[in-house]
Order: sequence, then structure tokens, then C-alpha cells
Amino acid sequence: MTPEFPAIRLRGATIGYGDVPIVRNVDLTIAAGEAVAVLGSNGSGKTTLSRGLLGLATMLDGDMQVLGAPVGRLRERGRVGYVPQRHSISGAVPATVREAVAVGRLARLGLFRPLGAADRRAVADAVAAVGLGDRLDDKVAALSGGQQRRVLVARALAAEPELLIMDEPTAGVDAASQEALAGTLATISASGTTLVVVTHESAPLAGVLTRAVVVDHGRVAYDGPLSEAGHHDEHLHHHPPEREPAGYRLDQPTVTPRSATTRER
Amino acid sequence: MGLLDYDFMQRALLASLMVGLVAPAVGVFLVQRRLSLLGDGLGHVALTGVAVGVLTATSPVWTALVAAVLGAVLIELVRARGRTSGDVALAVLFYGGIAGGVVLLSLAPRGQATNLDSYLFGAITTTSREDVVVFAGISVVVLLVVALLGQRLYAVSDDEEYARAVGLPVLGLNVVLAALVASTVVLSMRVVGLLLISALMILPSAIAQLLARSFRETVLLACLIGVLVSVSGTATSFYTGTPSGGTIVLLAIGLFLLVTSAVALRESTARRRHRRRVDVHDAHPHEHGAACGHPPVPHGDHVDYDHDGHLHAPHRTGRGVHYDEHGEHPVPAPPNR
Ligand SMILES: Nc1ncnc2c1ncn2[C@@H]1O[C@H](COP(=O)(O)OP(=O)(O)OP(=O)(O)O)[C@@H](O)[C@H]1O
Ligand SMILES: [Mg+2]
Ligand SMILES: [Zn+2]
Ligand SMILES: [Zn+2]
Ligand SMILES: [Zn+2]
Ligand SMILES: [Zn+2]
Repeated sequence: MTPEFPAIRLRGATIGYGDVPIVRNVDLTIAAGEAVAVLGSNGSGKTTLSRGLLGLATMLDGDMQVLGAPVGRLRERGRVGYVPQRHSISGAVPATVREAVAVGRLARLGLFRPLGAADRRAVADAVAAVGLGDRLDDKVAALSGGQQRRVLVARALAAEPELLIMDEPTAGVDAASQEALAGTLATISASGTTLVVVTHESAPLAGVLTRAVVVDHGRVAYDGPLSEAGHHDEHLHHHPPEREPAGYRLDQPTVTPRSATTRER
Repeated sequence: MGLLDYDFMQRALLASLMVGLVAPAVGVFLVQRRLSLLGDGLGHVALTGVAVGVLTATSPVWTALVAAVLGAVLIELVRARGRTSGDVALAVLFYGGIAGGVVLLSLAPRGQATNLDSYLFGAITTTSREDVVVFAGISVVVLLVVALLGQRLYAVSDDEEYARAVGLPVLGLNVVLAALVASTVVLSMRVVGLLLISALMILPSAIAQLLARSFRETVLLACLIGVLVSVSGTATSFYTGTPSGGTIVLLAIGLFLLVTSAVALRESTARRRHRRRVDVHDAHPHEHGAACGHPPVPHGDHVDYDHDGHLHAPHRTGRGVHYDEHGEHPVPAPPNR
């Protein structure tokens, strides 16, 4: 797979909410097939940047192309997979893991085509890839917080996307599942999928992700090999440690709040 | 003399069958996206349509359909703009709808506007032959659209942002759903009533989701429940002389209470019986897994976790997982037991 256009190309892109700019004047080109970690402290603008790529945040200035098309005019969005940072499977009517993950498949099928045998297989494979193969017909709401996160990952994987954007896919996910995810990402990366992974813990995925983009105060502060990003990462570089409020690491989301309440019956 | 011997009852029962089937099929998606009261609002709007029909001596079914669909599209456009004033805009539309309906109806020549109650609360005597034909047409269209687009409607209702990110036509699907709701509201205007239709959209799905194991099952079961309460409510009102809409909704509420308490009872007896048979570890704070620090221990045909010297056997129920106590670990030597 050697498309002639980069997977992502930002030129002086300013992204925000309403008319408030959050991510300012970003130049960023990600070639097809690259595996990129997006790093940075809480509130630096990582989520805003990735939502901008999906057309979920407003582009206020500059130029942005995804898979060779301006964001608003990307026709075949079915080629994009997304794992949102916030838990967002929120329907009031209980649905099974299978049903929730099948949503990831729908966008590829246009408006009317029903899921076929191949789609059902892709759904089952994606769920197995996140280690929930034995929970296919359980209700999503009956899963723990980390398991629900893995359902969201499976939903994105089921799309077999060309570009996979994940916002903290490993937050609240146990070490074994993180390892499994790293394996799955390595496989799809090898087959040409472009990966953009927002994360606070790049270590578990270090074998897969090669390039790092560090966001700081809405600007790209570092762009280069992941292995050298450590010196440039977040707080320590830009602020002397004594200026940080004590315990600022506490608000790093390692466990989604849901998990505390749904575990025990 | 059975109730099927009366033509008007045949028509009323047919109408109740159709609305009982269609209302929950659409309502499930409203419940899913926590927009339960959209049906109620559109019922208000439809009343203005009814009044226009009565005043212009056209069939109120058609004018109500036009008014409700217009209202539905307007609401979705307002919602899509996502401003806080959207809330107020909805209130204006809904209450404007019912106020307009009442005022316009009062202007109608004497003798024509007297059946306001039947539009609002349903009546078994008002379904005409033409109504039945129109209702059948609407039902077929609505059910076809739900069958064709159901999975997409589910996707948008479940996680609108994800649907937008992967390029499903979110606004279009929302407008379609709103138009389906509007059509369902019109179906209701004879037997169920414009003020009560929302209940028939919501309650069957609320009952079904207590019993079903998936979204799909919820939809099918809700339709079955809808038909059941709608037809039996209509038949009941023939004997009791009560407004059919009110009777149907009371039946649905009765069924809801019955199922809720049956489910609660079943769970508590199952829990008690289970506790009698095995010790259940109360409120274990996490779900054991590969990395929780409690080593997995093969135990007969299953795997337990060693929880500081005793074994936890995972037990999955509809409400998640808890741990049954499976004795000490390491398993004590036989003489000690
Ligand atoms: N919906 C929104 N409307 C307005 N401002 C927002 C919105 N979401 C985020 N912001 C602001 O944008 C800034 C960047 O937020 P963003 O979510 O992109 O950070 P992040 O790098 O993803 O942080 P984290 O590591 O906590 O996920 C923050 O200052 C936040 O207050
Ligand atoms: Mg974020
Ligand atoms: Zn115990
Ligand atoms: Zn444990
Ligand atoms: Zn048990
Ligand atoms: Zn055991």
C-alpha cells in the first residue's frame, strides 16, 4: 500500500471549540503507514488535535488534509477508526458487546447495506483481539471500566481502518491487555495501517510506535523518534518541577471512573 | 355478540394493532438516546395540524402528518445547532403546537370541535375506513425504514460522536428518526390519543429492556408488548366505556410494575438461594485478572484466584461478576478437613 498522499497533513492548523483556539498553528505531516505517539501533559491539547483530525473540533485556521481530502470533505470516512478518550457508549437500552462493536463496521457499508458474514467475522475477530471473545453476548454495561475501554478499541479495530486514531486506549487497561493491544497494533501497523495514539504511558506500546509528537500548550514542542522524546516530554522540560502543584499526577486518568461502580454486582 | 361484530370495533382493533407494533419500534431509539419526550412534543405539534384539518374540512390525519413532520425536522435542526436556547425553542414549538391547536379548534363551527378529547386521549368509535388505509400505509413505511436503517439509527443513538467521526450522516439519520416519530404520532390520533402516544413509545421498551439480552431482542420484545397492551386496551375500553388511550396506557403501566417487581423478586430469591448454597464474597473491590496480583489457581474444571489464602471462583450474572468462596488455598491436606 503506497498511497501518493500522506495520511495526515496539517499546515498552520488552528483547532478549537467554538471560536476559542486550543491547538495553534500546527504543521504536521504523517506518512501513510507511520505509527505515531502523541504525548503531552493534561490539557496540552492532544484530544483537541485528534478530534480536529476527525472533524469533531472546529478548524479555525490553516489547512488540514486527512487521507488526501480536506477533513470536512473526506468521503470514505469508513477508512478511519477512532477510540475516544471518554467512555461514550451511553445508550439507555442495554446492548451486547457484539452489537456495540458492529457499529465500527457500519460506516464502511454505506447507508443501507446490512452486515454480511465477513463483517460479522471482523467483529468477532476484533473482540477476540482485545481479549473479550468469551463476552461477545454479554451486555456492555455489565463489563468493568477497563473492559468497556477495550470494547471501544474493538469497535475501532472492527472497521479495519486505514487510519486509526486512539485517544488513550490503554488508560485503565490491565498490563496483559495492554500487551495484547500492542501485539494487535503491531500486526495492523505491519499491514500498512497508519496509527496515531494519544497516550501518557508510551512504554507498553514502545515496540510499535516509532515517532513521537509532544504537544505543549497547544503547540508541537517535539517531533522526532519516540526513543528520544523523553527529554522533551511534558512538564519537566518546560516548567521547573517546583512550579507544579503538588500531586499533579493524580489527575492523570489511569482508571476511568465507571470501573469503580460497575465491577461488583 | 362479540366485539368483532361491530365494524367500528374492527377498525379500532386494526388501528390499535398497527400503532401498538409501530410505536415501540420507533420508541426504542428515543429511549436509547434519552429523548423520550420527543414523541410527546410532536403530539402537541400534531394538534395544530388536526385543527387546521378540521377548519379547512380536509382529513385531519394528513394535516397532522404534515405539521408533525415539519415540527420534527425543525426540532432536529435546532438540536443540531446545539445552543442552549434550543431548549427554549423546543418549549415554544411544543406549547405553541398545543395552544394553537386548542385555539384554532375553538374557532371551528359548532358541532365539529367537540371531539377534542378523542384526539387527545383516544376513542374507539372514531377510526374511519380511510384512516385504516392511511394508517396501514404509514405503518408499512415506518417499519420498512426501521428494518432498513435500524442498525444505523442504533449507531447514532448509541454514540453520536463516534458516528460523526466515522462519517455516518448523523443529521440525516436524526431527521429520519424524528420523521418516524412524527408519523407514529399521527398513527396514534384515533385510538391512543396525541397526549398519550409517548407512553406507548416508551413503556414497552422500558419493560422489554428488563427482560431482553440484547438491543435487538429489546426491539422485538417491545413490539410484542406494544401490540399486546394496545389491542387488549382497546378491547377493554369497549366493555368499560373508558377512553381507549387512557386504558391502553394504564395497562402498560400495570405491566411495567408487574415485570419490575417480578424481576426484582426473581433476583432476590436467586441471590438468597445462591447465598444459602455457597458463601459469596461480599463486594470484592476489583475484578480478578491476569495482572491483579492474585494468582490464578486451577481448581477442578475451572480456574479460581488465590485471594490472600482462599480461593475466589468468578461467577458471572446479568449484573456483572462476583466471587464465590471455594475454600482455602493451598487446599488443606485431607485429614485437616
Ligand atoms: N469541549 C471543549 N470546549 C472548550 N474547551 C475545551 C473543550 N475540551 C477541551 N477544552 C480545553 O482545551 C484544552 C486542551 O484540552 P484537551 O482535551 O485537548 O487536552 P489533552 O491534551 O487531551 O489532555 P488530557 O491529557 O487530560 O486528556 C484544555 O484547556 C481544555 O480546557
Ligand atoms: Mg485528552
Ligand atoms: Zn474471599
Ligand atoms: Zn485480584
Ligand atoms: Zn456466585
Ligand atoms: Zn473453585
